[in-house]
This record gives sequence, structure tokens and C-alpha cells, in this order.
Amino acid sequence: MGEMRYLKAVNQALKDAMRDDSTVFLIGEDIGAAGGSFKATRDLLDIYGPERVYDAPIAEAAITGIAVGAALTNMRPVAEIMFMDFITLSMDMLVNQAAKARSMFGGQGSVPMVLRTPHGGGLNAGPQHSQCLEAWLAHVPGLKVVCPSNPAEAYSLLRAAIDDPDPVIVVENKALYAMKGEVPETPERVEIGKARIARPGEDATVVAYGAAVGLAEAAADVMAAEGVEVEVIDLRSIQPWDEACVLESLSRTHNLVVVHEAVEAFGVGAEIAARMVDIGFDELDGPIIRVGAPFAPSPFGKTLEEAYRPNADRIVTALRRTLA
Amino acid sequence: MAMKLKERADLYRMMLLIRRSEERLQKLFADGMIPGFLHLSIGQEAVPAGVSSALTEDDTVSSNHRGHGHTLAKGVDLNGFFAEILGKATGLCKGRGGSMHVADLAKGMLGANGIVAAGLPITTGSALAHKMQAKGNIAVVYFGDGALAEGVLHECLNIAKLWSLPILFVCENNGWSEFSPTERQLATSLDKLGKAFGITYKEVDGNIVDEVAGAAGKLITGMRKAASPAILECRTTRVRGHFEGDRQDYRDSDELAGLDARDPIRLAGETLREAGLTDEALAEIAADVEAQIEAATEAAVAAPLPEAGDILADVYTRAEV
Repeated sequence: MGEMRYLKAVNQALKDAMRDDSTVFLIGEDIGAAGGSFKATRDLLDIYGPERVYDAPIAEAAITGIAVGAALTNMRPVAEIMFMDFITLSMDMLVNQAAKARSMFGGQGSVPMVLRTPHGGGLNAGPQHSQCLEAWLAHVPGLKVVCPSNPAEAYSLLRAAIDDPDPVIVVENKALYAMKGEVPETPERVEIGKARIARPGEDATVVAYGAAVGLAEAAADVMAAEGVEVEVIDLRSIQPWDEACVLESLSRTHNLVVVHEAVEAFGVGAEIAARMVDIGFDELDGPIIRVGAPFAPSPFGKTLEEAYRPNADRIVTALRRTLA
Repeated sequence: MAMKLKERADLYRMMLLIRRSEERLQKLFADGMIPGFLHLSIGQEAVPAGVSSALTEDDTVSSNHRGHGHTLAKGVDLNGFFAEILGKATGLCKGRGGSMHVADLAKGMLGANGIVAAGLPITTGSALAHKMQAKGNIAVVYFGDGALAEGVLHECLNIAKLWSLPILFVCENNGWSEFSPTERQLATSLDKLGKAFGITYKEVDGNIVDEVAGAAGKLITGMRKAASPAILECRTTRVRGHFEGDRQDYRDSDELAGLDARDPIRLAGETLREAGLTDEALAEIAADVEAQIEAATEAAVAAPLPEAGDILADVYTRAEV
């Protein structure tokens, strides 16, 4: 498909999924006539019409619940929640309904819905438009959570999410929307739960997802100049996450850093670190170090937000510490 | 359109099936055979019996914590129903849901629900699916007056009207939200909400099954022809406590003493007799219902408990990678 921006890859995946399956439909706030707050759904109303692209009122709980009910009635809804911060209003429908239906009903049916939502800072959008809340969702049995790191991944993971029989939350880092990258003519069909080695290396492993993958690669460049080869794992999927891939890498590099833009405490990195200490203890030559946001709400002001978000320097510092 | 005697007797039979099933559950609960919580709908049977008489298997319904009647009236298997509430492996949900979560997707029963008002958005979504699929199917959500103060009710009334969705909002107004009277819960009333949103509203005596069936039938026929939402508010009576074990000392004795006179099954029996149904015919219905419940209970009591090793089954559709 050539080079395209991340946002265009999301748009293309929606367009292709709707072409391939007439049960796929979109619902969200201003996704139709306006094409979405970030324009991820641009032109889709014109192409597929109002019977498949629903401009919903501002009512996140109903939007999410409608997706659950439609999914239980043989449709494949893709809901958009404009900012991840707003999923607080969707939580009953995600946590108590979508996540539990299959298990609670004894394996009858499933809830093949997708919820797309952007997280992350960099736009000085402040404490209620910048949060990375994916760890909440990864904590709930029955939900799947993916977070693409580049345009090709954005296309493939969204297609996989729409094809998946279970509820999948696709978290898109809004700072990546303008990122350009090659999307293959025949994009890879990815399996949700499989990680990807974004950069091979033998001296230390950095596990990251979403926008943190790029930061980890930048840190790896810095370390390479010093003769240290860092392996970067793009987790792609947070729930389920590819424990085997991380363990295999750790068993070669013996040092591990986990990076995410979300708050460090009680986060995805904590889970990965705990599992690796449990099943990979003998492989560790140094402490597992997490790099994430400090334990504070995401701030508005430029200097504050810059200090808040993880960057390549902090990953380099973490790598030096674990390698010391 | 007047209902034939046979159809009215079928409504009576369904109400009796619900009543006797819940009385049996009440006894099994008291005997320690049912784990967890049990919310009985004794006194409210006319609502699901009446509404379901206008539904097909492809129509969808969703329910709430007081959902046994809605479930049985949608035609779910009685054996699977009893086994589920007793937490057995042979239950409709393999013993993972229990009383508050009985579902049978193949019968269009999208589940009882332990979260007040949660069925509303789910059913609104099901109605949207019906509209897109254009087969004339409709969706019904049963909720109590206790759900009227929940935010999602207002979101769903709004969207159902904006998008002309084929959804019937059935409010079983029994006057009690758990332990509090409705007037302490809501500053307005459902008819006014209907008016505010421009949604067709109909109020019936929810303890007269012919009235419920007639009103539901008329609304549903209209919805099938041209998709649109409607509200059916059924004034009904909660005979038992909020849950089994609730002593109801917050209700005054006059109210409780008056419940018997409004018993929907007694009322239906009287009108059926007046219409010519014999005592023998009524007794035959009662005997049939008892036999079904006896068989379902025996099977459920004898059924195995779920295997502890099955905890991870069905969390996801595909095996974990």
C-alpha cells in the first residue's frame, strides 16, 4: 500500500474491514460527518453511508453498551472513544458486560466488538485528555488490549482486532498519528498476543509498546554507539502478552528494561517484571528496571509534560543501571 | 383483537410456571441448596408472560437481577435453568452465572444482569443490530423502577428515539428500589420522560396478564412494521423482599396485606373461569407445571458440580497463545 501516515493506516484498515464484512459497522462521537476528532474515520460515512457509520450523541456508556449488544446480535461493531480518558464512562459496559459475557454465559457466543481509543501526551492536552489507562483494561479477564507502534502495525492489529471473536481494545498513541511508514501491499495477518522483535541485540532487552517502541529504538542507537547491542521487543499486544518471546530474549541478553508512557506504578511493566522474576530469575544479571510516567496526573504545561513523559535518555539511564 | 381462550390459558400456564419455579427456588434456597443471592419476582409474573406472548425466538430480550420470569417466558430450557441456579455443570451457563446471569443466546435471551440498568444499552445495541439486519425483529429490555435514576436509561431513551430503534422499554414498576420507595428515587416519572423524548408511552396494570399482552402485542406489531421505540410501564407488585432473607420491615403491613388481592395468577384464574375454562382444565395446567418443575429439580439436584479445573475455560473464544 506504500508509505502512509499511522492515521491513514487506521482509516484504511476500517475501510477494508467494512468492505470485506458487511456486519462491521462504526459508532462514535463525530466519526461520521466530521470524520472523527482526529480524522481516523474520514470519508467512511460517504463510502458506506449512515447505516454503517453512526454519529452517536456524546454518551460513552451507551456507545460502548450498544457495541456489546450489537456484537451479541451477530454484528461486528467498532466503537471509537475519542480520548482514552473517557473510557471511565464506558467501564461498566467493558468490565462487567463485554469482558464477562462469554465466560459468565458458559461459553455461549462471544462479543466480537472493537473499541478504538487514543492515549498519550505530547499535545499539552492536560490531565483529562492524555492518560494511558491500558493497564486497567489488561487487568480484566475477558478483554484483549493491543497498542500498535507504527503504521503497518496499526493496520494489521486493527484488522486482527476486528476479526477477533472477543472484545479487543485498540489503543492508539495520538502522538503517532502523523508518523509515516511503509504498509505492505499484502499486510501481514498478525496474531493477537504475538510480540515482534523490532531490533535484534544480544546485550540487553527493552520491552515496549506503542510510542515507547520508537523511544526504545532511539535509546538502542545511543547504546550501539558505545558498543552495547540492545534488543527491542515491540509487545504489540498487552493482553494477552507474549511471555515466551520476552523470556527467550532475556535468556540471551540477561538484562531487562520495560518501558511505557503510562504511569509506572501498578502498570504493565510491573506485571512483566514480576513474571520474569518468577520464570526467568536464573537468567537475570541485573535488576529489571521500569521506565514510565511518575505517580502524578499527566500535566498540562510544556515543561511539566516534557518532564512527565518517558524519553530515550531515561531508557539509556535504565539500561546503564541494569548493565552496571 | 380479543384473545382466544387457548391463548389466555397459555398465558396463565406461563405465569404459573414462573410462580411455581420461584416457589421451588425459594424452598431450595431455604434448604441451603442454592449458593449466592436469590431475587424473586413473585407477584410480577404477568409482565414477562404477557410481553413474551408477542415475541418470536429471533427477537432478543435482556433482563436484570430479578430475571427468572423474563428468562422462562422467553422459552429457555427449564432443566438448564434450574441447574444453573443451583450452580451445576449442566446449567445453561455451566454454573458460571447463577441466578443473576441466566442467559440463552440461542433463544434470544441476552442475559439477566447484576448491574442495575446495564441491560438498557445492551438491548439498545441489539435493537440497532435488528434494524441493520432488517428482518423485522425487535428487542425488549426489562428493568425496574430502580433503574429510572441511572444515567444510561436517559442515554438510551435518547438514542432509541434519535435512531428510531425497534426497542420496547418494559418498566416493571413495583414501587420499590431495593429498600426505598420510588418517590425517593426519581424527581419525575416515566410517562414524563417518554413525553420529553417523544417516545410512545403506555401504562398498564402489570398484574392483569391480558392487559399486558394486549398492550405489548399492539406496540410490538407497530414496531415490526416501522422501527421505533416504545415504553410499556407495568404497575406491579413485589411480594417478596429485595432478596431472599430480606425481612421487609421497611414496608407497612397494609401494603403487604393488599398484595394477595392483586395476585396476577389469582386474577387470571378468575377471569378464565368466567370465560368458560373449567376447574379441571386449570387443575390439569397446574399438574403439568408441577411435573415439569419436579423433573427439572430432580435433574438439577442430581447433576454434577462444575470441575474446578475448568476455571479458565471460555474466558476467551480461542485458546491462549
